[in-house]
Amino acid sequence: MNLEGIPEQRRLAMLERMLLIRRVEERLGDDFRAGRLIAGVHLYIGQEAVGVGVCDHLNDRDWIASTHRGHGHFLAKGGSPESLIAEIYAKQTGVCKGMGGTMHVADFSKGIMGANGIVGGGISLIAGAALAASMDQSGAVGVAFFGDGAAAQGVLSEALNLTALWKLPMVMVCENNEWSEFSPAHTVTAGRISERATPYGVASVEVDGNDVEAVWGVAREAIERARSGRGPTLIEAMTYRLCGHVEAESGFLAGAKYRPDEEVARRRERDPLDLYRNALRDTGNLDESKWVEMQRRVAEVVSESVKAAEAAPDPPLSQIQDYMFHNQMP
Amino acid sequence: MAKKRLIQAIREGLVEEMRRNPKVIVLGEDVEISISGDTRGLVEEFGRTRVRNMPISETLLTGMTVGAAIAGYRPVTHMMFANFMYTGFDSIANQAAKLRFMTGGQVSIPATFIATYGGGRSIAAHHSDTPYPLLMNLGGINVCVPSNAADAKGLLKSCIRGSNPCVFLEPGGRGGDMGEVPDDDYVIPLGQAAIKREGKDVTIVAIGTMVKPTLSAATILFDEHGILAEVIDPRTLVPLDEATILASVSKTGRLVIVDESRDRCSAASHISAVIADRGFRHLDRPIKRVTVPDVAMPYAPALERAVLPDADKIVQCVYALLQGGDTPQKGT
Repeated sequence: MNLEGIPEQRRLAMLERMLLIRRVEERLGDDFRAGRLIAGVHLYIGQEAVGVGVCDHLNDRDWIASTHRGHGHFLAKGGSPESLIAEIYAKQTGVCKGMGGTMHVADFSKGIMGANGIVGGGISLIAGAALAASMDQSGAVGVAFFGDGAAAQGVLSEALNLTALWKLPMVMVCENNEWSEFSPAHTVTAGRISERATPYGVASVEVDGNDVEAVWGVAREAIERARSGRGPTLIEAMTYRLCGHVEAESGFLAGAKYRPDEEVARRRERDPLDLYRNALRDTGNLDESKWVEMQRRVAEVVSESVKAAEAAPDPPLSQIQDYMFHNQMP
Repeated sequence: MAKKRLIQAIREGLVEEMRRNPKVIVLGEDVEISISGDTRGLVEEFGRTRVRNMPISETLLTGMTVGAAIAGYRPVTHMMFANFMYTGFDSIANQAAKLRFMTGGQVSIPATFIATYGGGRSIAAHHSDTPYPLLMNLGGINVCVPSNAADAKGLLKSCIRGSNPCVFLEPGGRGGDMGEVPDDDYVIPLGQAAIKREGKDVTIVAIGTMVKPTLSAATILFDEHGILAEVIDPRTLVPLDEATILASVSKTGRLVIVDESRDRCSAASHISAVIADRGFRHLDRPIKRVTVPDVAMPYAPALERAVLPDADKIVQCVYALLQGGDTPQKGT
């Protein structure tokens, strides 16, 4: 981990954002296992460095689209933990008023075009947002997060082709977490995903996705390229999914194993949160009292958010009709 | 008023809306040259920033349309043939139709998809589908099926100015039909049927391409049998003007629906169900459907003619219904 060039406050803010994502995800996993959530949640644990390292460069006018594993991107882009947790609790105070839930958290006011239940579904949406940004000449960028599984969707090739041709301000961030749902990524992926950019003349880079500052560095370059009208970039962030595909899987897999526990244990040794915390401690950016205080703040945000969500009302039945169309009669 | 080709009226509607609002953009394959003619020449007035020839990438095209609409534009996306919507259906069905709902009404998606539909040109089953039944079933998509030049222009303007995703289906091969088009700036609200001809003996609901043969059939029914048919053009299938159809059926007591889609789960099936449900007490005959049988569109012109509804089939169906005898089997 090369710790140069990033101001200390920003480093601590990134660590805190990673910690927030981790604690929210841990809490949601606990809630599912305790039966407090019906919906199975797809947890971002182990991949926090990617969302945080990229989104640190973005503002509210920039757009992101996320995946079914989208809570982390939502928080990394500045979405409110309270409205996220309320949404996953299916409450009216949720960011989507309980209509979308865990796989669809979106906050358009923050440039979060949403998590998406369709693998690869966000890629084309962000290409459209990037087209809008390019026509507005606003300097805004669109970032599509997707997994190694989505790299098998044809829309990635379509987007590489078009965004290269039109030099759209788009960054494609593939989080290669080595698991395409329940299949090892290498069994369903030919070649290297990052190299798919090459024939289209699109800039691409592979990065250690568990090293937040490495991600931060390549994202800075890609986003700068996009903002300055020099076209798209494909980033392949090599990471690992420390949780299952979905927390509900132990139920429907009925004991069937798809990866050995030793593999997960081994990969946990490169937990991105631990790596960054240790690195910041070693450089003197993070002393024990700051860490304790950071943990206390994050724990409080999570517990207050959960408390608020538990107390919030269920969505009213009328919403079913209210949200299909907007001002239907022109 | 001036007589114009249907495709020319659509083009005029587009030009007027693009002049009116700089956020209206046109995307699609070959929209510069435009095989159907509706976007031809737009690039000369509006340039390649607002009129964009796309690669043949329908999956990307429909998704970009939704993304650009969320990000503040009013894209009009030309899918060329309606069958090609299937290739790009993910973002129509999963994103455009649902994102507003799934995000608690945070966003509106003012996107218009134009596509040419229907058979009759011997271009076989990959270029001849009538896909509105599945679009109607998506829930969150408005579906327009204009039958004439004036309606096409007014409905397209409503789609573009509105706040919701719309599919605007051009009648294939009938783009050259002439019709009177008002000179002033007008819109036709979605969800308002047009009564094309008044009558007291039978209500015929004819959709899109079927309005013209139905009006011919109505003339024959009167001239040869003295039957006064009331012909209703719903103009949009979502929203559907159920009240106008119901009011007509309450007067005539008979309903025939003419629809170019395949019979199974057709628009005609839906309208039949609605009227059976809400208007059963008015009916003194069974509801009949004149549709395409559950087959793909054949290439051979004689076979294609055999499966498409036409004036003769409509006359036979209505006449038999009013005689109280056997009507031709559905979809033949």
